[in-house]
Order: sequence, then structure tokens, then C-alpha cells
Amino acid sequence: MPAEVKERQYQGKVHQLSRELMNAWTSQLARANETGEPTGAIMISGNCVEILRAFDIHPIFPEVTALQNAIRHQSLPLILKAEQAGYSSDNCAYVKADIGLFLSGGMGPGTKMPYPTITLCNYVGCNVYVKWFEHLAEATGSQLFMLDIPFLRTPEPTAADIRYVVKQFEELIRILERISGKKFDIDKLREILGYAARAEEGYARSKELCKRSPAPFDCYFDAINMMGPINVLRGTREAADFFDEAVKEFEGMVAEGAGPLSEERFRMVVEGPPPYPYYRSFRNLFTRWGAVAVASTYSTVGGIWEFGFRHDPTRPLESIAEQMLTENLTNRSIVTRYGQIRRYVEEWRADALVIHSIKSCRLFSAGQGDMREYFTKELGVPTLLVESDLEDPRYYAEAQLRNRIDAFFEALEHKKLVAA
Amino acid sequence: MAVDQTIDRCRELIAEPLGVIAERWKESHPGGRVAACFPVWSPAELIHAGGMLPLGLLGGGATVELTHADARFQSFVCSISKSTLELGFQGLLKGVDGLVFSNICDVARNLSSIYKRNFPHFHVDYLHLPQNSTSAGVADYTAEELRRVARGFESAFGVKITEDSIGKSVELYNAIRARLRALYAFRIAEPQKLSTVELYLILRALTQADPEESLIRLDELLAELPGREGRPKDRIRVVIEGAFCEQPPLGLLEVLEEAGCYVVEDDLLLGWRWFTSDVPVNADPFRALGQSYVDRAVPSSTRHEGREHRSKGLIEKVRRSRADAVIFTPPKFCEPALFDYVPMKQGLEREAIPHLLVEFEEKMWTFERTRNEVETFVESMLFD
Ligand code: SF4
Ligand code: SF4
Repeated sequence: MPAEVKERQYQGKVHQLSRELMNAWTSQLARANETGEPTGAIMISGNCVEILRAFDIHPIFPEVTALQNAIRHQSLPLILKAEQAGYSSDNCAYVKADIGLFLSGGMGPGTKMPYPTITLCNYVGCNVYVKWFEHLAEATGSQLFMLDIPFLRTPEPTAADIRYVVKQFEELIRILERISGKKFDIDKLREILGYAARAEEGYARSKELCKRSPAPFDCYFDAINMMGPINVLRGTREAADFFDEAVKEFEGMVAEGAGPLSEERFRMVVEGPPPYPYYRSFRNLFTRWGAVAVASTYSTVGGIWEFGFRHDPTRPLESIAEQMLTENLTNRSIVTRYGQIRRYVEEWRADALVIHSIKSCRLFSAGQGDMREYFTKELGVPTLLVESDLEDPRYYAEAQLRNRIDAFFEALEHKKLVAA
Repeated sequence: MAVDQTIDRCRELIAEPLGVIAERWKESHPGGRVAACFPVWSPAELIHAGGMLPLGLLGGGATVELTHADARFQSFVCSISKSTLELGFQGLLKGVDGLVFSNICDVARNLSSIYKRNFPHFHVDYLHLPQNSTSAGVADYTAEELRRVARGFESAFGVKITEDSIGKSVELYNAIRARLRALYAFRIAEPQKLSTVELYLILRALTQADPEESLIRLDELLAELPGREGRPKDRIRVVIEGAFCEQPPLGLLEVLEEAGCYVVEDDLLLGWRWFTSDVPVNADPFRALGQSYVDRAVPSSTRHEGREHRSKGLIEKVRRSRADAVIFTPPKFCEPALFDYVPMKQGLEREAIPHLLVEFEEKMWTFERTRNEVETFVESMLFD
């Protein structure tokens, strides 16, 4: 193995800004807990946070709470608590960590999380969402609204799909009016969607810059700093400004030829969520090889903006429906995802595909062996498949992962040398 | 045909590969098409209305060795998804033309598109069944979805699915479901005369046979069963819950009974007896089916029911069948079953209904541990 690559001393503002924005959001939630302002629990995948925002209902994202607890090494006791209550070791650990939290009195990562006023299940692809929010509504005694988004099973959503979703929006809006005591104001929603579109533009432009070599940031490990603002805070002026700032920073880095590592040796596409309990050590396994993610599927669970879709304030509800139906990773088939990854490999000029297979998340992972077949056998893209979990630290086997990753990059390095 | 003979015939039928059944049917129906449905609910009526044969696509059980599919689906994924894919790789579905999957879970969802990629000659459709049970738009949406599926069959196979023909198919399947309800009621009344293994064989054979033929057999069975011998045994009455998708091995059902249980209710092959009363035959059969999917539905782990607690339907089943306990039988790795276990178990505990958890896999072949667990459970109840 050649001399080790190091992470570059990071000098930008994006990480810090993102942290500040997300902290401000958690503080708002804590305040809502005290003042009794309405809150709504909602899922990340292809979400419709803009609708909650139009009523000033504070969005709670149980997935974010779960991942923050995992990063802080606090997920295992919560998972065990849920398992004691009857959840299986084979259930998605995100759900267990969240339910475990409520079974332990509702403490969030360092802050008390409010009990939601409404539990809004945006059922976008993931069937576990349905169960999760059924259980959450029961555990918290909050009202449950099941927003059923038909899965994208035809190239375009059908007219019936769109009608059905918009109809449900109208029904949801009546409920939100009652909860918030506010009348629905379509102009306010348009304004929110304007901010959303601006953030989407910034996120897309940032990703576009990763086509450059070196990529200015790691679109898997660093993208997490942008996923908070794009998925949780989308529709706020602050999130829109954040992305303007991000683009500026990344453009500056491209101009200087700077990337996240001291050297970019391999460009990879990463598929699957990260192992939050071991985020840093997992990242290091790639950094040592100078491997940078130039694109990732995980960064598109909330929305795929890099291929051009933006919320349209002139068609507010229809455009939210379209986003939920088509413009996110989760509501599309796994084979459609192969097409998304293929574009990344080709347009972002990647050397390899790394599939991080997550035991918890069958939505992502069930069938990734077929994905590997497709990329290695049909497209000839070097592909590595490794397994662990996004929330449960018990499934992270560092030595085994390291061996697999080292062997893969050694072979890739050899191939490069031979080709040169 | 005597009951025992019919049941033996059922046992033989379900041992045959689906493709063999499809080919045989085609010999007597030249130009006919066959569509197989993955659990749980599928629109058998639509398939039948197009002159096609609807079959159940229920995995490979313990008989199919995985040679390709386990490289596609990881170790933490349920067995039925792998063995179902394997059927394709081993050519055991030759003769089947169409496959229908629906949004029961994330695994079935991925399996559907992976099937299509690996075997493009199948017409594969994925049905999005509604999870919102109360929206004013849900029946129209479901009707449109069923129309879409019907149009898909029409353009893939050149068949015609008219409102008229669906009406007739709905009547046929209403009749079959009424017979199944009668069989279930019979087992509740006299479980010593119809074991669960036998009822399951009948039910499963129905998913592998011509429905007109099945109806005749069901009527014969219902006429002959009351005269059957059977002395009541000292057993507890149980409901089993959880095996609505991956199929339990016959050995498991046998062991439950041998260890001292009368299974008096279950959720086996739920999709084939989904509607709790007849689907109305009216001017718009698509809408009638769609509305019924929501309003005449058995409680199921694969459909969100916003109007009542998940345990309610189970508790009703326990009361209706005068059961003493519930045995949960989720397949290993099956998220819908494993998630629902928690609220259902809590509901049972509130009602002081005893329960036991027994996980299984379709490929399981030794049952001694299960036997011991169930025997201990039964003893604790009998001598309580
Ligand atoms: S299965 Fe995957 S997408 Fe669904 S809740 Fe779990 S981690 Fe999230
Ligand atoms: S057994 Fe469970 S997890 Fe597997 S396909 Fe069926 S419903 Fe899905």
C-alpha cells in the first residue's frame, strides 16, 4: 500500500453552519415542548415538510433523532429497551431506537423531544414507516395521519396517483388547520416552496461540482452536513442561504484544486446508508486509500435534485405530490436505482461502486447482490459489497470490513498500475 | 370424492412445480395464459376475467435448493423471497406468463423489479394497494389501480377484461370464499374432524388449481365433512398468526397439533379469502373490488387500518373461535409480522389472553425444539 492519504485540515464553514442550523432546530423543538406549540412527526424520505411549515407546525424527524443517538453511541441501550418490549433483533433498528427512546421517557440526544401533536406518516416507499408511525402514534398518544404515496411502478405516476395524493393533502390540510388554529394560506406555501427550490438548486450545484477532480467534498460522508438542511430545514430562508454559502465554498475549493483528502486516488460511488455508530472509523477505512465518494444514493433519500427537479411555487400541491411520487430514491424500484447509480458512475467518472449493505434497511439492501451482479458482470464496474448496520453497533465488524476494503482497493490499485 | 382422497389429491397437487400445473392447464386451454400472484392479496378476479388462470406464487418451501438466489438476496432476508426467485432461475415457472406482486413489504417490492430484470419474458406487475383506509379518494384510486393492472394484462397477452367478465369472476370467487368461510366455521365447531394440516392443504391446493374445479371440490368436502369420524382430544384451542406470506412447513403445522393444540383460526393464505363478505356485483366491478379491499378486509399485517387497533381483529378472532391462546408464527426476518407482534401481544396481554412466539422458516425441517416449547406451553395451560 502506498503512503497513506490523510484527511485535509478542513477550513470551510459548511460543517459549522450546518451544525448551528440543526442545533437551532432542536432548540426550537425543546421550546415547543415547553410552550405547547404544535409539532408534527414526519419521515425523511420524499417528505412534504413544506406543508407542516405552512402552518408553523414544528417538524420532528424521528430518523434524525435516531441517527444522532447512534453517532453519540447512545443507540444500543435504546435498541435493547425496545427488544425487551418484544421487538425482534431482525426489525429495523431505527424504529427500535426511536421507540426505545419513548419507552425511556422521550429523551432526545441531549434535549427532551416533544411528543408530536400529529404523527404524519409520509409512506414514501418504505413499508417500515407504516409500522413505525403506527407504533409511535400509540406510544405518544398523538393523532396519526397515513399519507399513502403510491409507489412509482410505471415510468411516470398515473393521473390517478396524483389525484389521490392531492386529495389526501386536502384532507391533511383540514386537520392541520384544526391543530394549528391557522387558516391554510396558499401564498405562504408558495413562498416556502420558493425557498425550497433555492435550497434544491444549491444542493444540486454542490453535487455537480463533485464531477470535478478532486471533488470538493465527499458526497457520502460530508453530504450528511447538507442532508439536515435539505431534508429537515427545506422551505426556510436559512436553509436556502446555507446552500448559497455551500456553493460559494465548494466553488472556491474547486478553483484551488482542493478536496477533502490530501490526495484523491479513487473516485467511488457509495450505495446505502452509513454505519452511524462507527461513522468516523468507517470513513477512515476509505480515507487511507484516498477514496472519495463523488456521488451517493443515500444523499437522495429525501429528493433527487441533481437530475433537475425543483419544487414549483406556481403549482404548489401538485409539485409536492410529484416530488413525493417520483423525485426521491425511496419511492423508486431498486432496479431504477441501478440506473441512477449508473449515471453517477458515468457522469461523475467513478472508478468503483461501494455497496454498504444495511441489515436494518431492507428497502435499501434486499437484493443488493443482484445490483452487484449487474454492475460487475454487465457493466464491468469494480464493485465491493460490505455489510453492517446504520443504527445497531452490534453488526459492525471492523476487522472484517477493513480486510474486505483493503483487498478491494489493493486490487483496484493494481489494475490502475497495469493500465498505466 | 371422499374427504381423504380429496385431501391426498391436494397434497399431490401442491408438491408439483407451478410451471407443471400451468403447462397442464394450458393443454386443455389452448392459447390460455397463466398469472401467478405473490402474497398477500392479489386480484385473482381480474386474471380470471381475462380467461387466464390465477395461481399462488408461494416460494419453493424446503424442496428447492438455492443455487442463484442467495447470491442476490442477503442472509438477513426472508426465505420466500429467495426461493421464489430461485424458481425462476431453475425454470420451475416455465408455463407461467405473468407475475403480480404488491406493496406488502420492502423485500417483496425489491423482488418484483429484480424478477423483471432477470426474467424479462414475464409480464410483471406491481400493485400499490392503499394504506390510507379513510381518505375519500381511496376507493377511486384503488379502482383505477385495478384498471391499470387489467390494461397491463390486456396489452401483454391480448386478452379482454370487461366489466361483464369481472362481474362473473367476482361471483365465482365470492362463492369460493363463502365455502372457505364455511370450512373455517366447521373447523371452529369440530376441529377434531378437520385438522389444520388438512385445511391448509385444501386452501393451498385452491391456489394451484382451476377455480371452477375448486368450487366443485369444496362443495363435496362441505357435504361430506360432517359425517367424518373424529373423537375430541384433550387439547387447547389456539389461533395462529403471522404466516400470511412465507409458507410454514407442513411439519410445523403437524407439530403444533401433535403437541396438544387445535388450531381453530389462522391467517394462512389470507389473500385468497380476504373479503369478509361478498364483494357486491354491480355496474362498476373495479370500484366494488377497490372499495372491498378497504372495507371488507380481514385484519392483516400488510394493510394499515386507521380505524382500529391492530390487536382488535386478533382478539375478535380469539373470541369468535373460542380459542384459549394465540401462537404467533412469524417467518424469520419478516418485518410486517415481527413489527405487528408487539402491539398484538400487548393487546392480548390487556385481555389476559396467553400467547407464545414460534418463529419459522419455510426450509426448516426439524421441529423438536418447537414441539418442546409448544408442549410446555400447552401443559402450563391445561394444568393451570
Ligand atoms: S427500513 Fe430503511 S428506510 Fe425504512 S425506516 Fe428502516 S432504515 Fe429507514
Ligand atoms: S415473508 Fe414477510 S418479509 Fe418476506 S416477502 Fe413476505 S411479507 Fe415480506
